[in-house]
Amino acid sequence: MIDIIISIFLIIGAGFALVGSIGLIRLPDFYTRLHGPTKATTLGLGALLIASMIYFSSRGETSLHELLVTMFLFMTAPVSAHLLAKAALHLRVRSEVKLPRCDE
Amino acid sequence: MKLLKRLVPHPIFSLVLLVVWLLLNNTLSAGHILLGSLIALILPWATAGFWAEQLHLHKPGLAMRFLLLVLWDITVANIQVAKLILNPRRKLRPAFIHYPLEINNDFAITVLAATISLTPGTVSIDVNGDHSVLLLHSLDVDDEDALIAEIKARYEAPIKEIFGC
Repeated sequence: MIDIIISIFLIIGAGFALVGSIGLIRLPDFYTRLHGPTKATTLGLGALLIASMIYFSSRGETSLHELLVTMFLFMTAPVSAHLLAKAALHLRVRSEVKLPRCDE
Repeated sequence: MKLLKRLVPHPIFSLVLLVVWLLLNNTLSAGHILLGSLIALILPWATAGFWAEQLHLHKPGLAMRFLLLVLWDITVANIQVAKLILNPRRKLRPAFIHYPLEINNDFAITVLAATISLTPGTVSIDVNGDHSVLLLHSLDVDDEDALIAEIKARYEAPIKEIFGC
């Protein structure tokens, strides 16, 4: 029973990671592609971490490392996305829509 | 009381440090609790010079509710973005949006920007010089004003209340 639950979470996680990668190919410009890593990873990785927690906890050793991974991810993902976007804007990377002025 | 405040200038930060230490080591042994407490006391003290102004958590209960709301929104919005990406006939309408900020505290703005980045469909890019406008990029915008109003009501208002600024 537990195996099935773990499998479901693993598939959900892998599925969202896959969608994120497809998004990377399909989306038209740098700024829209930026949405992939901050997004697909949050839920995809979340599901994988829940699976990991259930797996190790079911083997008798409580594992709460995963909470930390989630925490650090939530702290670092927005920062890296923000820096990438800011750098791209500064370099005037091509965009599908009109770029806003740099100094704003 | 005063001595306690000098010894533990950032009680919440210290508590978080202790919990993180115990989680890292995946243990609740006395030795690690002692070591973790020591770290939790020394680190805030050693980094005191880097701290900006103090910001108080006015409503911890609301903060918890806000965290749950954001987690829920991340889940829902992830599915929406997945649909957007996987539907080949759907034409995306990305846009840059200037979001007028009401909160003016640096830390509160950081929390709001991180929340916006974590919820799928929007990434916060930049904040202007006097911290009054946040520049966002959105994947698919139907109505710009509606999006701004939604962020205002859903995220900015609770953050404002939580930090009381």
